[in-house]
Amino acid sequence: MKRIGIDVGGTNTDAVLVENDAVVDAVKVPTTEDVMSGVVASLRALLARVGERARPLDAVMIGTTHFINAVVQRRELVRTAALRISLPASQSLTPMIDWPRDLRAAVDPLVFMVEGGHEYDGRVFMPLDERAVREAAQRISDSGVRTLGISATFSPLTAEHELRAAEIVREVDPGLAITLSHRLGRMGLLERENVTLLNACLAPLGRTTIAAFKAALQATGLEAPFYLTQNDGTVMLAEVAAEFPVYSFASGPTNSMRGAAFLSRLDGAMVVDVGGTTSDIGCLVHGFPREANNVVEVGGVRTLFRMPDLLSIGLGGGTLVVEGEGQGGQPAVGPRSVGFRLPQKALVFGGDTLTATDIGVAAGLIDLGDKRLVKHLSAGLVKATLARITAMLEEGIDRMKTQADDVTLIAAGGGAFLIPERLAGVGRVLQVPHASVANAVGAAIAQVSGEVDQVFTNIGRDAALAQARTLAEQRAVHAGADAATLKLVDIEDLPLAYLPGGAMRVRARVVGDIAAAGA
Amino acid sequence: MQRPIEAGEIEALAIGAWILGTGGGGNPYLNYLNCRKLVDEGARLTLMDPMDLADDDLVAVVSNMGAPLVGQERLNDPATAARAVTMMEEHLGRRFRAVMSVEIGGGNGLQPLLVAAQKNIPVVDADAMGRAYPEAQMTSFAIGRLPMAPMSLADVRGHEVLITKVTSWKWMERIGRKIVTEVGSIASTCKAPRSGREVKDWGIHYTTTKAIRLGQAVLAARARHADPIAAVLEHEGGQQVFRGKISDIQRRATEGFLRGKATIEGLDGDRGRSLVLDFQNEFTVGTIDGEAVVMTPDLICVLDTVSGEAIGTETLRYGQRVTVIALPAPPVLTSPEGLQHVGPRAFGYDIDFRSVFTGARGVQ
Repeated sequence: MKRIGIDVGGTNTDAVLVENDAVVDAVKVPTTEDVMSGVVASLRALLARVGERARPLDAVMIGTTHFINAVVQRRELVRTAALRISLPASQSLTPMIDWPRDLRAAVDPLVFMVEGGHEYDGRVFMPLDERAVREAAQRISDSGVRTLGISATFSPLTAEHELRAAEIVREVDPGLAITLSHRLGRMGLLERENVTLLNACLAPLGRTTIAAFKAALQATGLEAPFYLTQNDGTVMLAEVAAEFPVYSFASGPTNSMRGAAFLSRLDGAMVVDVGGTTSDIGCLVHGFPREANNVVEVGGVRTLFRMPDLLSIGLGGGTLVVEGEGQGGQPAVGPRSVGFRLPQKALVFGGDTLTATDIGVAAGLIDLGDKRLVKHLSAGLVKATLARITAMLEEGIDRMKTQADDVTLIAAGGGAFLIPERLAGVGRVLQVPHASVANAVGAAIAQVSGEVDQVFTNIGRDAALAQARTLAEQRAVHAGADAATLKLVDIEDLPLAYLPGGAMRVRARVVGDIAAAGA
Repeated sequence: MQRPIEAGEIEALAIGAWILGTGGGGNPYLNYLNCRKLVDEGARLTLMDPMDLADDDLVAVVSNMGAPLVGQERLNDPATAARAVTMMEEHLGRRFRAVMSVEIGGGNGLQPLLVAAQKNIPVVDADAMGRAYPEAQMTSFAIGRLPMAPMSLADVRGHEVLITKVTSWKWMERIGRKIVTEVGSIASTCKAPRSGREVKDWGIHYTTTKAIRLGQAVLAARARHADPIAAVLEHEGGQQVFRGKISDIQRRATEGFLRGKATIEGLDGDRGRSLVLDFQNEFTVGTIDGEAVVMTPDLICVLDTVSGEAIGTETLRYGQRVTVIALPAPPVLTSPEGLQHVGPRAFGYDIDFRSVFTGARGVQ
């Protein structure tokens, strides 16, 4: 099994070739404005090093922070229409009611609410008002808006009204890009609808980005199915992923933690991923990131995503170090950073700004740029800065700990060299080969998943669990999994208080390996 | 005394009400959004001291009844909440002087604000539970043997039901529950109207203020990166019962309850032992090594160890790091009559109530 993993980060685009359970080689090139040429450059650089060892290639997996950055930075979002099928219920809390003002302004939604939706047990709540749907579609079409998110009450149970509404809309305007909320998941109308509308306003960016990745692969002559990595450490076939940009929101940190697990051969450890601006501290449990308890907000929007539980601290390779500005005349470390301008700004690269990277070079932790340019830094400053960095890491690690025992810590990311060999509360610091491209490694080893979250009525617990599992397996296979390798990783049943008929909500998730090429 | 409820207090009320929900009552977030919207649209909310009610004032006691999950899909609408109250006014031929919640815990802690904003009446700073409980007879009004009827129910499709006479609080619960289930397991209700005298005698007073202050303590602690749980304990005179992470959850639905138990493996000072926490919609009894260490009606709250955010019985998950705390119950619930309604035996446990607060005296 040979796979290429690519991580398109804000600063660098990394590519690795993984063969079975070993990293063959890895490269790092600067990310480009158009994304595609950075991907092409990384692939060419990788292929130049590994040659024919890359063939026959089973898959290419790409991880990107492109979509979440678009939301966070409120850019490349298009005007979107929202159609909610819920009336007369849910009237007061209109779509996007809890979005930050600036994001709502960026999306400038065209909102419609119509009668329809279902009950918890699959009964029709109200018949779908088809005429109102048709009118809404006409007005959307007339207004020139090209994307639409449709949500309906209890659609994860019964998608009928969302599907019928989409059919009507397509009759009016076949070219609209439509996101249906039941495809994105869970119970909770407002949160599900939020995700649906985020997805809708990213739809054009999703399509152009995937097309650019595809063109990049063609330009380098690679022929293999290609996947996009998802929030949960799994992948989706690119054509499917193009329709669901929201599913890749948290893929960056997830990939880096999964990559760290793979590189260290540990499935339980703490991981510190030192990037350009921040360090993300997380915990690996059974090879997957521990997930956060809280409701997850993306760019200020409440969602139902399960995201890795991460603590971000302002320490990265580009972090500013200012002599004498910290407590008691010590150097101040962060939180400001030169970020992606590190190659121009850092002293070792001929710049004018003292960064954590310069301190690392001066201390002999890494050989980068021109070390003569940091020769003038006093030993006292270097020592005091490293002491401050150590204290910052120790504090963060302690906050993420769930046990007082010493943990094993895996150092990852481009700034991994800043992590000292000894830290309080840490039994062992593992510096692993290829740690600086852990992210791309995590992409390369990603699996395929299928998930179900539904209410089952009147069939008994065992049958409900079995049905949920079968549905999840079907979804995984549809997403590109090898049926023979599927494993149930999570199943949870939740009987519903007050609901008759032994109603029970079941969540199930299965993962499996990617089906080999030609299989 | 009446005072305005400031816009900034609504978020605090939502956080405090969720903590006082003791695992049940549903997350107040959606009602918080509803309130915020009404205030943005110009509604002015006032909070009234229950002792300022005239004896013959008429007070509406409101709640949403149903399954929290349905509430997440059929989002609560203030218009329906107000309709249940208007129905009752039409039935009685009298206007309400003010409105209060039957339970401060969970989403219903904010329900009277939705009604108050539309009917332009004050919110009484009181409720009838001081927390959340699943059934109609588990209120201070039932403990006080006040009349249980009439009750009005309104659903969002326009159905209106009035229950004019029942023979006991339990029958009110059974009949009301049947109706709610039929209309989709969610309905707005206006419980038996109360006189000012009854609220003064049997209401649990100043619980709205309590929830607001509790939420403010959490927000302030978060803002200064202090421990929000310590802030809650200090503020409410609470006690930390256990800290750990959830290692197992079992749930089953029986007789209209979400029953189950969560096993929490100890961390920090509780390392090496585990707490089993039973729930019936709300948390009922916590046991260590077979011995009940905390029980209803003491408020048993499960909070996210880091953020201090409350965690409901429906959102407990494997691996969550949680802190279990106890807050003192209102005295009416711990009276002999009160314990018959809400003590451990009312939930099927063959144990006598022992409070974390009084029972622990001299032991630690």
